[in-house]
Amino acid sequence: MQRSFFMRNPSVLIFIGLLALFTLLVTVFSEAFGVGVISTSLVKTLGKTLCLCLIAIAMDLVWGYCGILSLGHFAFFGLGGYMIGMWLMYERTKAIVVSSLAEAPLPPTADEIRDGIGTQIFGVVGGAEIPPIWFFADSLFAQLVLVVTIPGLLALIFGWLAFRSRVTGVYLSILTQAMTLALALYLFQNDSGLRGNNGLSGLQNLPGLDDVPQATISIWFLWASAFALGLGYLVAAWVVGGKFGSVVRGIRDDEARVRFLGYHVESYKLVVFTLTAIIAAIAGALYYPQAGIINPAEIAPIASIYLAVWVAIGGRGRLYGAVIGAAFVSLVSTWFTGGQAPDIPLGFYTIQWVDWWLVLLGLSFVLVTLLAPQGIGGLFDLFTNRKTPERGGADLGPDAGSLQEKEAEQ
Amino acid sequence: MSTLLEVSGISVTFDGFRAINNLSFQIGSAEMRAIIGPNGAGKTTFMDIVTGKTRPDEGRVIWGEKSVNLLKMSESQIARAGVGRKFQRPTVFEDQTVLENLIMALKNRRRPFSVLGYRRSAEDVGRVEVLAEEIGLKAELPRKAGELAHGQKQWLEIGMLLAQEPRLLLVDEPAAGMSPMEREQTTAILVEAAKTRAVVVVEHDMEFVRRLNCKVTVLHEGSVLAEGSLDHVTANQEVIDVYLGR
Amino acid sequence: MTRTIFYGLGAALLWLMTATVSLAQSPIQDLLQTYEADLAKPSRKSIGTVIEGLIASGQPEIPELLTKWREKDVWQRKDDKLFFYGEKIDSKTYRLIDIATGEVVGELPKKELKQLKPNSGVRGVIATALVQFQLTDPDRATREAGLTAIERGPEASHLGALRASISPETDADLKARKVRLERLLTIPYDEDSATRVAAIESFSKDLGVDARAAINPLLTTTRKAAATLPENANIAAVLEPGDDLTRAEAYGLLVDAGLAPAQVPASAQKDALIANVENGQVAGVPVHQLDNDAARADAYAKLAAAGTVPPAVTETQIDEALAANVIFDVYAEPDNAVTDAAQEALKSIETRVFFNQMLDLGLDGLSLASIYFLAAIGLAITFGVMGVINMAHGEFIMMGAYTGYVVQQVIPDYTVSIIVAIPLAFAVTFAAGVAMERLVIRWLYNRPLETLLATFGISIALQQIAKNIFGTQARPLTSPGWLDGALVFNDVVSISYIRIAIFVLSLIFLCVLLFVLNKTRLGLETRAVTQNPRMAASMGINPDRVNMLTFGLGSGIAGIAGVAIGLYAKVTSELGADYIVQSFMTVVVGGVGNIWGTLLGATMIGFLQKGIEWLNPSNTLAAQTYMIIFIIIFIQFRPKGIIALKGRAAGD
Repeated sequence: MQRSFFMRNPSVLIFIGLLALFTLLVTVFSEAFGVGVISTSLVKTLGKTLCLCLIAIAMDLVWGYCGILSLGHFAFFGLGGYMIGMWLMYERTKAIVVSSLAEAPLPPTADEIRDGIGTQIFGVVGGAEIPPIWFFADSLFAQLVLVVTIPGLLALIFGWLAFRSRVTGVYLSILTQAMTLALALYLFQNDSGLRGNNGLSGLQNLPGLDDVPQATISIWFLWASAFALGLGYLVAAWVVGGKFGSVVRGIRDDEARVRFLGYHVESYKLVVFTLTAIIAAIAGALYYPQAGIINPAEIAPIASIYLAVWVAIGGRGRLYGAVIGAAFVSLVSTWFTGGQAPDIPLGFYTIQWVDWWLVLLGLSFVLVTLLAPQGIGGLFDLFTNRKTPERGGADLGPDAGSLQEKEAEQ
Repeated sequence: MSTLLEVSGISVTFDGFRAINNLSFQIGSAEMRAIIGPNGAGKTTFMDIVTGKTRPDEGRVIWGEKSVNLLKMSESQIARAGVGRKFQRPTVFEDQTVLENLIMALKNRRRPFSVLGYRRSAEDVGRVEVLAEEIGLKAELPRKAGELAHGQKQWLEIGMLLAQEPRLLLVDEPAAGMSPMEREQTTAILVEAAKTRAVVVVEHDMEFVRRLNCKVTVLHEGSVLAEGSLDHVTANQEVIDVYLGR
Repeated sequence: MTRTIFYGLGAALLWLMTATVSLAQSPIQDLLQTYEADLAKPSRKSIGTVIEGLIASGQPEIPELLTKWREKDVWQRKDDKLFFYGEKIDSKTYRLIDIATGEVVGELPKKELKQLKPNSGVRGVIATALVQFQLTDPDRATREAGLTAIERGPEASHLGALRASISPETDADLKARKVRLERLLTIPYDEDSATRVAAIESFSKDLGVDARAAINPLLTTTRKAAATLPENANIAAVLEPGDDLTRAEAYGLLVDAGLAPAQVPASAQKDALIANVENGQVAGVPVHQLDNDAARADAYAKLAAAGTVPPAVTETQIDEALAANVIFDVYAEPDNAVTDAAQEALKSIETRVFFNQMLDLGLDGLSLASIYFLAAIGLAITFGVMGVINMAHGEFIMMGAYTGYVVQQVIPDYTVSIIVAIPLAFAVTFAAGVAMERLVIRWLYNRPLETLLATFGISIALQQIAKNIFGTQARPLTSPGWLDGALVFNDVVSISYIRIAIFVLSLIFLCVLLFVLNKTRLGLETRAVTQNPRMAASMGINPDRVNMLTFGLGSGIAGIAGVAIGLYAKVTSELGADYIVQSFMTVVVGGVGNIWGTLLGATMIGFLQKGIEWLNPSNTLAAQTYMIIFIIIFIQFRPKGIIALKGRAAGD
């Protein structure tokens, strides 16, 4: 009865294969390891897109499978970025300070180096002291641990509070949005210890690897992002594939029923919420060294809503849908906002896509929600001829918001 | 016969409306009981209280040999303690297969990480197959629950209930929307179940209740109006008044 | 001889002429001539008598003369030493004006004139003398100006003039001001201790900033160090190093007072080390070992032992110096009865100020609450009745604000334009809301999360369209003139009229909505649909129509809220987004489907936000963070808001 994991989930193998092929092609065409058709900045864009695909998978787990429309996952993404950014910025500044002090007549003391780093990093917000939260910033290992633990802990505490009080549906969405907003506002302060609205910068430079050109580093990060995405896909498929996935989807469709089956629904939600927060944080930790800069604006609620948009357009409730949505929308968005899209002259008015792209995105999002709730991923059903259940009744689950007859017929 | 569930003196008020008024109720560990009553008598609220969905304003709900207080437990704890509930409308997970539905209900460890590491053992699959046989859905195991006919969904839900291996079954209108043939089979399943555990059936259909051939409790305005055999209660003048109007 | 006689005659004639001219002079000119020498070359010593004499003469021209004198507009004609007012024509020519008559006497080249240039000390004396005139001037405006001048820059010399001017004062308002100012001036400038204390005590229930400004300087202290506590100084406090101030600060004071040798700072020690590097060594210690503080201190000690550098002060030396001396705060004011009274009065004033600040905070909270109520009530209605979260609600607010802006472009009168803008904003957003309900939301009932996302899509589109039309810069929505200014209760409590107007507007809304929902057919149907849509439908209510109208109503209110918010905030395309999260919070905290719930939610959030801002005034960002955290915790205790529907109607 029990077939092997890959037999039950053929999409995993296909996905990983395609991902490997993609990575290989980019490497071959890159400037660092190949013929140089693909510019370094494009490699970075592609690497960042892979990270966005990874957080989209997290979003799909929490929303598409567990039914929690979190409007706060970019908070975890950003925190992950901040955690790795602290190490990158501290170590790099340290290298600069040490080399500049090496010229001094007396060898610098540890305090002098620390003060130098403090002035370098925090001078911009009018400080020189290194705040206590930077305690581990000189240790890559500790900061890597923090990448996972800080967002995980935040998700755990927030989730515990929210799920325990049985906040669901729209209320929960708004609460997650409030959480992101609170975090963003907090980080915007100069005395938050993370350089206020300046954020952390210069993250594209790896400490101790000044000789390695960005072209090479960008490919390294592309590989790391692709690996993380593949692994994330595998983990997500494994989580939703078995009985756990059964329970989680049950929670999405009818929370009360799952409860009466004896499952502690809150724990399941908490596990999914925390797990996805950690995936998001890892995605962020890979994204921001490629972007080079992180600031609190990245965490603003709007970012998390865009995340929901990607997953919805790609097709929620299926992992590859989330990946397609994130990749498609973010790349198209880059194309339109980058000024590459041709303007459309209407005679009396010229549509410039830099200005009108958001309008197009907003409206197409409404149309997708209305007309194609399955998203782009729904197209795959045409090929695989996935059977839609014949449903006789009206709404398909007792809870408002569960799958509806109309939707199922799409 | 030892008492499995003892409800004493519970009352619930919703915005000034007394849904349950000083209700007391007992059931033994292997007993079938039918609860009847007009609309608004408090039948569903009673079930809500036993399963932990609604907290009563006063009263006690005592469970099992160890006399555990159910009012202090969450819904999922009560369910794990051995109270199973079937809703009025069939609520199965339509997006999942019959097999997945039954596996989910199967008595097993319920903690998230145990479930994450769960692998379907041959033994579990065997148990599911036996159950499916019992509820007549063996052939339907790989199908999505949403594709089943209404009566089949009812059975699937009863099957899920049995898979939980509860000591007390709370069944809300199991025969609604069933054909006479299906009713007969449902009766058989319930009667069989009542041999080893307590079964409480809420039902409007007197014919169905008669076929269950068990003790009957009549609820009215949130408290017990009469109790006894069906013939006994239907002869009761008060019950006749309540059902036919004064 | 005849020549001599002729000359003599000539001289006599000249004298006669001069005398005639002199005789024709005004009394003021005569008076001035008596002081000619002192006026031409004034000094601080003589000027007092001059001015006293001038004033004592009681001539009516004296005030103007003093004013002109101070402003260096009085000139002397060199040939006859007469004084005139001078007016510059060009750099070389001046027009002379007679002091008494104000008539133009003639125009003279500058070299024939001498300007009276009183130095600053003299000018000060003149100004003081002028004050007296100003304060007793028959013209009320002049008296008021004089009083205001003293209020701005009070001086000891004003006190006498002020006191003298109180009893002749006829105007009640001015008299009150003079009396108050007299008490204020008494505090620093009177010589009698008891009088000063009485004046200080008279202000102990006063909220005026001026009172605190007068009392506060009395309590300024200087931190000093001495071997022993001085006997006759007014000591505020004796300080303990380590508790009241750091050891370093305390030692610094000792050094400043010359009671201890100066410490060699770390940077100077380092410089000394660098200066003494010889062959890669400092006092025998290799330079590469000097990478920690202990090694550097050792090396410096060795240099000091060799006498190359001054020795560093050791910790024991610091301790001894601190133990041997006292450090204390001493009042600048020598009279301790005055400082005690000042302390008492200030304490009592501060208590009162605190209560009044609370009152002011309450008003602020109330006005913020009314803004949140306006912003959230439309959202609450649509959410309560239809279970629909409208993410584009903020953009409807923005639309309302832009409608107001466009109306002001067409109708220049601000009052009329606001009166037109309010119904127009309602109409525009009502139409937008109905259109959105018909086109989008209707298809998504019972799928609240997808409604949320679809309306979000509309929200970003609307925001961008507004940006494309109106640009990114803020557009002004000007309030009518009668809404400018503030209602001032006292120096602490005040509220601007615009906030009062918004408060009144939200009260009107509350009443109108209560009326619509409780007394009209639409309200009845709306409540029916809220509680049980299926039952309502079977009773012949058309839920489609009710939903449409409700959504239109909610959106229309957002439009009006937009006009109100636009009046005191700048209109930008992000205006709505700034309020949307707070609006959501208000709805969530208040509870769904109940106007009173929204009111309570708005009140709570408004007061909470103001309260947190008051506790941490420098940081509004942190205030918002803490508020959101508070709300998340609040939800733990009331997951369905302050006013929650109970029982089966609430659903699960």
